[in-house]
Amino acid sequence: MTQLILFNITNGLIIGAFYVLMALGLSLILNLSNVINFAHGGFLVIGGYIAYTITPYVGFWGALVVAPLFTAGLGLLVERVLIRQVYGRDPLYSLLLTFGLAFIIEDGTRFIWGAQGKPVTVPAILAQPLSYEFFFLTGYRLFMVAMVVLAVALLFVMLRYTRLGIRIRAGTLDLETVAAMGINVQMLRSLNFAAGIYLAGLSGVLAAGQLGLEPTMGTGLLMPSFIAIIVGGVGSLTGTLIGGLLIGVASGVTAVFLPAASEAIMYVLMAVILLLRPRGLLGEEGMLT
Amino acid sequence: MSTAGSARKLAPLAIIWTALLLAPYWMPPLGGYAALGTRILVLALAAMSVNFLLGFTGILSFGHAAYFGLGAYGAGLALKFLAPSTPLALLCGMLLGGVAGALLGSLIVRRRGVYFAMVTIAFGQVFYYIAFQWSSLTGGDDGLRGFTRQPLDFGLFSIDILSNADAFYYFVLVCFAVVVALMGFILRSPFGRTMIALRENERRARFLGIAVERHIWIAFTLSCFFMGLAGALYALVNNFADPRGLHYSQSGDFVMMAVMGGMRNFWGPLLGAAVFVALQDYLSSITINWMSFVGLLFVLMVLFFPRGLLGFIQRKSEA
Repeated sequence: MTQLILFNITNGLIIGAFYVLMALGLSLILNLSNVINFAHGGFLVIGGYIAYTITPYVGFWGALVVAPLFTAGLGLLVERVLIRQVYGRDPLYSLLLTFGLAFIIEDGTRFIWGAQGKPVTVPAILAQPLSYEFFFLTGYRLFMVAMVVLAVALLFVMLRYTRLGIRIRAGTLDLETVAAMGINVQMLRSLNFAAGIYLAGLSGVLAAGQLGLEPTMGTGLLMPSFIAIIVGGVGSLTGTLIGGLLIGVASGVTAVFLPAASEAIMYVLMAVILLLRPRGLLGEEGMLT
Repeated sequence: MSTAGSARKLAPLAIIWTALLLAPYWMPPLGGYAALGTRILVLALAAMSVNFLLGFTGILSFGHAAYFGLGAYGAGLALKFLAPSTPLALLCGMLLGGVAGALLGSLIVRRRGVYFAMVTIAFGQVFYYIAFQWSSLTGGDDGLRGFTRQPLDFGLFSIDILSNADAFYYFVLVCFAVVVALMGFILRSPFGRTMIALRENERRARFLGIAVERHIWIAFTLSCFFMGLAGALYALVNNFADPRGLHYSQSGDFVMMAVMGGMRNFWGPLLGAAVFVALQDYLSSITINWMSFVGLLFVLMVLFFPRGLLGFIQRKSEA
């Protein structure tokens, strides 16, 4: 029993870490540009499939580096051509735009790579279990968590100490003032969007090794990220981090006792948070309300 | 009001209702079929319910498919387990959608803008998961089957809406007319004017002493009741309730219909639904990549026709 609970908590943490990575990307874009990126799951899928395609040439490690960058580049292109048109307009339009984009990406993926799921093999060194008692701790799972921790740490360092990061944070609070200080806000939004999509691409590569690849996988992973943001509080990246881990663990623990409710518990958690603390755990009152 | 002014107002109404009343006669020659007309009517009702909130209160709910789907399941379950009665099914569907909307609405009316949209999406998905997981009651992924709409029994005579497609179309049209009249009536009432005031300037409305949250909650709940009825009708159209009818992508379709037709216009969503459904029907018959085309349609609408078809036409005629 202890082992089972431990197994599910670990599982929850791993899945939570994954939600975090995805939700942080969404959150970055939402905070600065006030755009809910419905196509985020689509970019995740693109990242995964690109990794799948280039792995035979550059190997797993090469794909891990190249695929997210390539996805981010694609994100930059999409931002320049499409997303830019809806900044400052009613959020309705950015929702519809990215919604349509998600359709196109899902269908395009199916067109290019086929509707059948693709298995993805990870390097042998990562695939074996680390201990026989705790069989579930495969090297790949620990590796995933390590990658997430690394990515999150780099993101927070970037936001805290680099000029770009400071501008992004300032822009989140008051974009108009940032623009008035002579900072190129368009460029800031583009880079910020690309950073968010980079995280989506990275999530895609990591997810591919664990879950395999399917054109529809992005949609299923999008909703937990939304909940992570709402639970953590809109406007706070730390909140998103906590929110993602929280719903991951909650659904992991629930899976022990009531497997059918493991998905529902996230929504219950969200309802409770909205009831007791409408702004979310670390959300600022007045942000995007 | 001058006679010319009222004539200009009445002419579109006359055209719309004539077209709707005669649909079973003019649609088949154009390649349509009666069931397509019925589906358009039901989805138009849903889109108009979304627009009741979006276009007239300025509140964007991106999770309204949940209440639509609840209506469908409510109607289906009532027919299957309660009693074989079409009016009862409609009532049950409407109540299920509306009550769920009233309860969740109270949790979310304080949020605005993007945040509101996000919370409505997330809560909408709850019902999708319930319908998906609770297979013993809802049939899970396969959807709820095993019920059929029942003939309308008026004691002296009965109308067979089950096998007569035209009769069913007119039944749906009557329901549509009643709900649309009710919507129009509400929008003309002081309450409706308050909704529009909230859309135009929420802060000023608050300064005037209007209970903003309560008004938004009432508008949200009303719209969910309408949505539930539309969903119940949809279950009768298909004799089937589909969990995908609760999914947020369905919500996106409804919002798109409203925006595509023109969300500042009362009849916009009807036009939007007609174009959207006909186009989707046509595209899915000629290509397996219809999803890309629908997605492209979303993108193009947002970029080039943000005011929708009616907004575009009105602007052209004014210029």
